[in-house]
Amino acid sequence: MEASTQEFSPVRASVPDASSRDIALARDDFPIFASARPHGHRLVYLDSAASAQKPQAVLDSLANTYENAYANVHRGMHHLSNLATAAYEDSRKTLCGFLNARHIDEIIFTGGSTDSLNLVASSFAEPMLQEGDEIALTVFEHHSNIVPWHFLRERKGVQLRWIECNKDGSFDINSLEKALTPRVKLLAVTHMSNATGVILPIKDIIKRAHERGIITVVDGSQAAVHMPVDVRDIDCDFYAVTGHKLYAPSGIGALYAKREHLQAMRPYRGGGEMIREVARDNITYADSPHRFEAGTPPIAQAIAFGSALEYIQSWNWRQIQAHEAALRQHAIEQLGKINGVNLVGVTDAGGSIVSFTVDNGHAHDIATIIDQYGVAVRAGHHCAQPLMEHFGVSATARASFAIYNTHEDVETLASALKRAIKLLD
Amino acid sequence: MDAVLEEQTIDASAAQLADDFGLLIDWEDRYSHVIDLGKKLPKGDGTLCCDDNKVEGCVSQVWIKSHVIDGDSEDEPRLRFEGESDASIVRGLIAIVLHLYSGRRVGEILSFDANDLFTRLSLEQHLSPQRSNGLHSMLRRIRADALAAKNKT
Repeated sequence: MEASTQEFSPVRASVPDASSRDIALARDDFPIFASARPHGHRLVYLDSAASAQKPQAVLDSLANTYENAYANVHRGMHHLSNLATAAYEDSRKTLCGFLNARHIDEIIFTGGSTDSLNLVASSFAEPMLQEGDEIALTVFEHHSNIVPWHFLRERKGVQLRWIECNKDGSFDINSLEKALTPRVKLLAVTHMSNATGVILPIKDIIKRAHERGIITVVDGSQAAVHMPVDVRDIDCDFYAVTGHKLYAPSGIGALYAKREHLQAMRPYRGGGEMIREVARDNITYADSPHRFEAGTPPIAQAIAFGSALEYIQSWNWRQIQAHEAALRQHAIEQLGKINGVNLVGVTDAGGSIVSFTVDNGHAHDIATIIDQYGVAVRAGHHCAQPLMEHFGVSATARASFAIYNTHEDVETLASALKRAIKLLD
Repeated sequence: MDAVLEEQTIDASAAQLADDFGLLIDWEDRYSHVIDLGKKLPKGDGTLCCDDNKVEGCVSQVWIKSHVIDGDSEDEPRLRFEGESDASIVRGLIAIVLHLYSGRRVGEILSFDANDLFTRLSLEQHLSPQRSNGLHSMLRRIRADALAAKNKT
């Protein structure tokens, strides 16, 4: 695939008329809800921020690849390889459209967000940064957008500079302003907190960083699931997403990298050279994205990733956002009414996540007990220890909402929680 | 508690626990019982909850400390355990584990099959090493301490 000089115009998959379907019925598109009966109960899955369930369309896509069109990609000259390669590259196009990237070669398939962020740290940031340079990051970051930067602190002697949040857990623009010193060369920032759901004013943040010549790396693991993401509009340098939270299989994710940075990025894993050798069989590839996709990629997963994005686009964002905002609001009201429940980091700029603690119980107790009623939540520090530290808690319980959740789910959560509190008393 | 245990074998204690739990038909009663056992667990003396005693691999925090008793007698040494957690269910699991193991001779500790007991208590779901409640790590710590005490003699 030659790198195109033309800007990519998104071609949306043919979408059914979403307005004719009630989003409250999205649950029916996910077979697990018909089959799973945790402890004999209806499944109330409120752990989508950790990983989302998969719609039938994604399961069909996986099966279809293996049943009808499976071979290695970019390698063979045979029929099946061509089919698989075309489907794999189509998926890249779909993601390019989903994120509204300018060029298809700006989309690099990875193993997930963690992999994407490590790729940026290793291929781009490590050669660029010098000892004494600083990397700014926020207390909202997931460990996957902290640890790769710690690696550079250890290896390169760069300093980490933390951007704090306000007391109520909202983003603090003043702290950002203070943190962006002349020594800061890179800003690592999440678009949405995985622990409390706070959505950061990402466009404004990127603008302020760019005014100071700072490279911006955005962790979009949570945000891309719940709102339209337009990397052209945001204007970030890098944007990481992961498939498994976007209703796609696990093991596949992507990094958007602005084209102007691609040439400066050194190969990530050994195999880049080999990809050039494969080019001697009359297949020539542009450096990116294939330079960063050494080895056999997760082929069926990548193809199904495209199917998952088409599934999301079969709804429209306004429907999804209204539905999820209503669920969150309902949960805030229901949980807020229960004595002994404390909501953590709930702010106006929140999306699809409600984190809470309970006076007489550890988050672990709560999750264990409500699981008995079929309610799945996450309990722990959510790989966001700096944020937990801010709130002075070691763990919270977290209910996260996705397209398939219903208001009945919220009611079940609230009643299970009341019973758990009674049991713990 | 030590005095009672001396008269009762670990198997007898396990059988008694199984009898108690056998009366509890649904999970709510079982969990409620576990939580009650946790509430009765004596609080540590303040030195218990330190990093040295912390059991890794738990979502909640778990501390276990062992004390060798009868270390210089001709018989095998015995171990007394203390435990603490910030989570109620885990605290109850610690109480069960301590009821079984604390005050026992190392040979008895090492030969007892806790998996079988927790299955009889219908609490086996807590035993899997993949579960992050720490019961598995707790039992591993107790066995390791027993082995260490045995090897010292």
